[in-house]
Amino acid sequence: MTAVTDPRTTADPTPAKSRSRFWSKFLANPAAILGGVLVLFFVTVAALAPILPIFDPTATDWLAVRKAPSAEHPFGTDEIGRDVLSRMIWGAQASLLAGVVSVAIAVLLGVPLGVLAGYARGWTDAAISRVTEALLAAPFLILAIALAAFLGPSLTNAMIAIGLSAMPIFIRLARAQTMAVMTEDYVESARAIGLGHIALIGRYILPNIFPPILVQSTLTIATAIIAEASLSFLGLGQQPPAPSWGSMLNIAKNFLEQAPWMALYPGIAIFLVVLGFNLLGDGLRDALDPRDH
Amino acid sequence: MLAFLGRRVLIAIPTIILISIFVFGMQKLLPGDPVLAMAGEERDPEVLEYLREKYRLNDPIPVQYLNWIGNALRGDLGISLRTNQPVLELIGQKLPVTIQLAVMALIIAMVIGIPAGVLSAYKKGTWIDWVANTVALSGLSVPNFWLGIMMILLVSVQLGWLPASGYRPLSEDPIQSIKTMLMPAFVLGTAIAATLMRHTRSAMLGVLKSDYVRTARAKGLSERVVLVKHALRNALVPIVTVTTLLFGELLAGAVLTEQIFTIPGFGKLVVDAVFNRDYAVVQGIVLCTGVAFIAMNILADAAYRVLNPRMKDQ
Repeated sequence: MTAVTDPRTTADPTPAKSRSRFWSKFLANPAAILGGVLVLFFVTVAALAPILPIFDPTATDWLAVRKAPSAEHPFGTDEIGRDVLSRMIWGAQASLLAGVVSVAIAVLLGVPLGVLAGYARGWTDAAISRVTEALLAAPFLILAIALAAFLGPSLTNAMIAIGLSAMPIFIRLARAQTMAVMTEDYVESARAIGLGHIALIGRYILPNIFPPILVQSTLTIATAIIAEASLSFLGLGQQPPAPSWGSMLNIAKNFLEQAPWMALYPGIAIFLVVLGFNLLGDGLRDALDPRDH
Repeated sequence: MLAFLGRRVLIAIPTIILISIFVFGMQKLLPGDPVLAMAGEERDPEVLEYLREKYRLNDPIPVQYLNWIGNALRGDLGISLRTNQPVLELIGQKLPVTIQLAVMALIIAMVIGIPAGVLSAYKKGTWIDWVANTVALSGLSVPNFWLGIMMILLVSVQLGWLPASGYRPLSEDPIQSIKTMLMPAFVLGTAIAATLMRHTRSAMLGVLKSDYVRTARAKGLSERVVLVKHALRNALVPIVTVTTLLFGELLAGAVLTEQIFTIPGFGKLVVDAVFNRDYAVVQGIVLCTGVAFIAMNILADAAYRVLNPRMKDQ
């Protein structure tokens, strides 16, 4: 968090040097690399879903109902004979999309509001801060459930609900970071030479508050993926027959004794992709932190 | 202390008003006419008009809000469409169940999280630290509803050790009640334990570097005394604050945990309300959790002042 306020980063005259320092720190961290590999793996699988030689994720086969894992169906089949592996691969699209889109909503709404609050101060700051506090008062998932309930159950509405619920974190972060950057000498000098508000924000504030926002975004994608899976598990996210990991688990819990594989694999997938984003986020934070350990 | 509490409560009032505006505004997000949702199959214009009058939906929106908040302040959060019970009464009935679950989960989380954090900080850089960190990160990455499903599969279906459902109130049958709550509390407690472990570790790392710990060691005190009496005691200040703030996470986690283990608590109430389109209940729950969360925040600040003598004069 202190990355942008530390004079060693902000006063660094050679961005290329700090970029290479970032990469050397990031690549020396095995956990961060593991996180990156996990994320890359799931992104690739989700992107290649249409061209992979797998079953149709919605095609039912009444002759293969709840079949245990076999060579034909490596992760088994579900209660109406659909292939669990291909539903998981297509479900990865829903999960990753939900993670990225909801965080994009949170960042695109939250960062401008936070920068505005930190930059303008006074009553603008007071108003934005009070609204942020009010939004933070309701627990993330309860707010998302309530919003999804009122907006109606669908993947799009789940993403909007998660995005709005995650927004206050970014308002707070952007506000605090902007206030820190505003005290720097180079901002003072830029002001002294008469640079306008927009230019000052675009050229000095946004680039300097970017690293902590990036770290927070990565970690929030992990939370958003769990939130989407939770909403879909409750029936408030992706609607059947379209596949999603959360809704697969919702059905699987009714067949625990007869078909445990239906519950096992989607859960492992959620765990691995969330772990990936968490490791990546932690790794980015360490690599972007100018305080050498 | 009283002046401090009074000031904090005053600051909280605008936030609570804003929460109430959000909660009221939620019903305006509903697509279409709310009266049609209330009336169900009924399409008689007279009935619809009667409902509109009854719920004063013909009033301007600010007036509707003032009516709603006025009733809420008198403890009237509306009537559940499904059970015809007052919303506040319904919440009051379900809350003790969730509190039992949350308290048990918090005890489990503290028993695991705090010692793990202390050990991990004390053995920083060793394999113990690495294992504790890996387990904590895994705990944060596991969706708790999936962990619940897997626990049912292993502990109830395969081993037959604990029941997967069948909640009994604590007052009726305490032993059975604790038995049925043990697995859900463990599931809910794991994510909290992971968060507590991470906070304890960082608090302890800060304290272990401090001068008074070095002095205590220089005096020749045993490592156990240094660790527990000098270091942990000081590290507990931020840990207590964090624990109070974990209330929101516990409540959100309870929604899913209660769903899996069919526990008739607060979380099950909100999910059932969502599916029955029982909007007054959903609004009531969000409003109550918001206000409770602010109260917990004030409590956390107060605890911080009580525990940290340096804050007393400020």
